[in-house]
Amino acid sequence: MIKRVFLIGNPNVGKSVVFSRLTGVQVISSNYPGTTVEIIKGYLKLGEDKIEVIDLPGTYSLEPSSKAEEVAVNLLKGSLPEESAVINIIDATNLERNLFLTLQLIEQGYPVIVCLNMCDDTEHRGIHIDFKKLEELLGVAVVPTCAVTGVGIKFLLERLKEAKPFTENKLAHEARWQRIGTIVDSAQKLTHRHHSFREMLEDASIRPLSGLFISIAVIYTSFKIVRFIGEGLITRVFDPFFFNHYQPFLEKLSSALAPGSFLHHLVVGELINGKIDFKQSMGVLTTAPYIEFAMVLPYIISFYFVLSLLEDIGYLPRLAILLDNLLHRLGLHGFAIIPVLLGFGCNVPGILATRSLESKRERFIASTLISIGVPCVPLQAMIFGLLGSFSGFYVGGVYLVLFSIMIITGVLLNYFLKGYSPELLLEIPPYRFPPFGAFTQKLFFRIKGFIIEAVPIVLLGVAMINLLLYFHLFDFVTGIFAPVIQGLFGLPKDAVVALVIGFLRKDIAVGMLIPLGLSAKQLFIAATLLAISFPCVATFVVLWKELGAKELLKATSIMIGASLVVGTILNFGILH
Amino acid sequence: MKKTVLVKMKENQKGRVLEITGGYSIQNKFMSMGIYPGREITKLSHFALKGPVTIKTGRSVLALGHGMAAKIILEVE
Repeated sequence: MIKRVFLIGNPNVGKSVVFSRLTGVQVISSNYPGTTVEIIKGYLKLGEDKIEVIDLPGTYSLEPSSKAEEVAVNLLKGSLPEESAVINIIDATNLERNLFLTLQLIEQGYPVIVCLNMCDDTEHRGIHIDFKKLEELLGVAVVPTCAVTGVGIKFLLERLKEAKPFTENKLAHEARWQRIGTIVDSAQKLTHRHHSFREMLEDASIRPLSGLFISIAVIYTSFKIVRFIGEGLITRVFDPFFFNHYQPFLEKLSSALAPGSFLHHLVVGELINGKIDFKQSMGVLTTAPYIEFAMVLPYIISFYFVLSLLEDIGYLPRLAILLDNLLHRLGLHGFAIIPVLLGFGCNVPGILATRSLESKRERFIASTLISIGVPCVPLQAMIFGLLGSFSGFYVGGVYLVLFSIMIITGVLLNYFLKGYSPELLLEIPPYRFPPFGAFTQKLFFRIKGFIIEAVPIVLLGVAMINLLLYFHLFDFVTGIFAPVIQGLFGLPKDAVVALVIGFLRKDIAVGMLIPLGLSAKQLFIAATLLAISFPCVATFVVLWKELGAKELLKATSIMIGASLVVGTILNFGILH
Repeated sequence: MKKTVLVKMKENQKGRVLEITGGYSIQNKFMSMGIYPGREITKLSHFALKGPVTIKTGRSVLALGHGMAAKIILEVE
């Protein structure tokens, strides 16, 4: 009787896709090593039985070398009760490298069956695997699958009961590779194929000169697509809906509630020149949904569309090689670009992804830099919406300032922190093209995640601000911070409220700046400070969990220090 | 046959790993990813200013930081 199934395998073999197929639980999977950084659990039904399925981060061997790998190996080593089975997922297009872990698992007596994944990808690469032969040589069940389409998953379940431990001699590492050599020679035949266009692209993107051109083209195109889709959705879908369909309804509601009443203030907010103003009214049903759905959501959709595409194709590890040198100056290595890019969507998954970095020092630097210099989509969307109306110069300016802060902080941290940072060692996956269904499913999963997490907080946040404004409770806070905000940053004292609200959510915070009628310079400073200063509460909690209280305190002081310096310099120096 | 270091090899040159001049943990990590004495690998590219090196071992393409690549001693034609 099997009650628990562990999924283990090398990074980037599709464990999470198999997990989703087995349990129906959607998890994010991509084409780069290290997408899964935590243990994910789900359940599957096999006949009458309910089996727990545990998806582990990828590992090359049973001797871990990063926090994510450690998590996987420790769980597997820690407790493997009688009723457990291990599904070792291996990439059929790279049999040899994958078998190292497989043999380790078999040698150490784990009850293993092998899931030979990505079988659809072998033939056109000239790889022919004799499954029966492989099964015979390994001595454990081998089931060919293609998890993205679901082929073979049924057979995998049928043969799960064959997972039994048997004693085998433990081999030295060299001897294990020798044995793998013999196994691969007899179970796999390779036929020569001419280089396809895809392989030529794979190769060109890891060479210095062609790689640089490709990366510039990819980044430029990505940026253009994000803006094109984002703006297109705003002007063609969301704005027309809000102004043509939603506003008439609110106007009726407004006159029914009678302007000036408390309820009107809470639900509709202040009327601006006698009319509802979606950006300024600050009502729970006016400004809150407008900020989230008409200003932020379009960019969430367009950003994750492009990011998911880059992830699934497998471009990101190539970017890591190109940026390795630069990131070394900041005490990181090339792989750190992946957490940084994820951080541009939302800082929370970005900071979680730093678990794939090897040392504590690197994780601290990467997490701090993400919280300081990487604005999330909600913040960026608001910056575009607000500063974009002045000139592109200001929008570009915010990014330039943030980029400079990241570089300066990184160089300083690298200089002052004890220890050194390990080097890049990264497998570069082949380019793959995700099936359309799997791609849209992932995109919807991320958009749904955003709506579920953001909307309640935004509604609550706007309601809170609304009440505080109604009862004039902000005056106390503004009084305390006014000297800093006015004296150093040149902002009106009401901007204090926005900066404080930034702790709750960055998008509402920028929204609060709108009614203040700031000048372009003031908006520029306020937006930059919102990005640099405190992270939002969700990021704060993740930083705490990942770094611990002491390191969090350190990171926070760096953020506050940086905001004070940058705000003052921008106010008195550059923009004076 | 002559001895060289991965960082000094030319692009597209093949070599057989002789030794890895690093500690136990780095040897282990290399080992699990398919870089070990006796293994034939091909250098694919090398980035300027002590940048990373990319290699092919078996069917895997790996990127190594410059310092790591400097630890791999090979035998080349």
